[in-house]
Amino acid sequence: MSLEAVGFWGLAIVLIVSSLLTVLSKNLFHSVLYLALALVTTAGVFLSLNAEFLFAVQIFLYAGGVVTLVVFAIMLTERLVGERVSQMSRGVGVGSLVSVTLFLATAWALTRTGLPSRRAELSGDLTSAIGSELVTRYVLPLELLAVLFLAALLGALYFARKEE
Amino acid sequence: MELKAYLLLAAAVFAIGLFGVLTRRNAIGILLGIELMLNAVNINLVAFARYAAVTAGMVFTLFTISITVAEVAVGLAIVIQIFRVRRTVEADHLNLLKG
Repeated sequence: MSLEAVGFWGLAIVLIVSSLLTVLSKNLFHSVLYLALALVTTAGVFLSLNAEFLFAVQIFLYAGGVVTLVVFAIMLTERLVGERVSQMSRGVGVGSLVSVTLFLATAWALTRTGLPSRRAELSGDLTSAIGSELVTRYVLPLELLAVLFLAALLGALYFARKEE
Repeated sequence: MELKAYLLLAAAVFAIGLFGVLTRRNAIGILLGIELMLNAVNINLVAFARYAAVTAGMVFTLFTISITVAEVAVGLAIVIQIFRVRRTVEADHLNLLKG
């Protein structure tokens, strides 16, 4: 096996195991920590696909921002209710049936589709290509994203304000 | 590695996330499942972008990551607000609109 294959399978195993632990672990706090591991491993997958910029974005925004927010929310909702953060799951049979069916259907479709088996040659730096695409072709979505962030900020502040 | 391997990995993570969304009772747990599903989609986008050498996929990944962060911020704010009013974050108990 080549070094690339070893790296990919290592990442894949860690990603799948940490994802499973995220949805299965009884303690919600442990769930978030496993989610953080899954997100960091995804960043590793991005790195293996030569997307260094997305690797950094993933680490900063997801593993940094989202995990902190979720931990904060768990702390808040736990402290107020005074209960344990452990949780039950329901409908495990139906849930696993639907998920396994979806995965098998996707895998079946993938094996029947002709997909490129090797990577196209890169012509230059991907990060600078992403940067110039962002401010030329995709400048309108970028500006809309700024408006969305403003709306999200105002919305979160509105919900978090003190009760009158 | 073939593109197929990345797509299969993403499909597996998506299915696991869906399982979490379907089985979790806690609203925050459901949000974690949604995170996993969005993450799987990002793997797909980046893998296609890399194998076809089209940067559009990576730009879209940037957008989905950013939008997900905004979604989580507002979603958690809603969860905390629901908790203040109803004293529960169990999704099954939030049936105020039930006729």
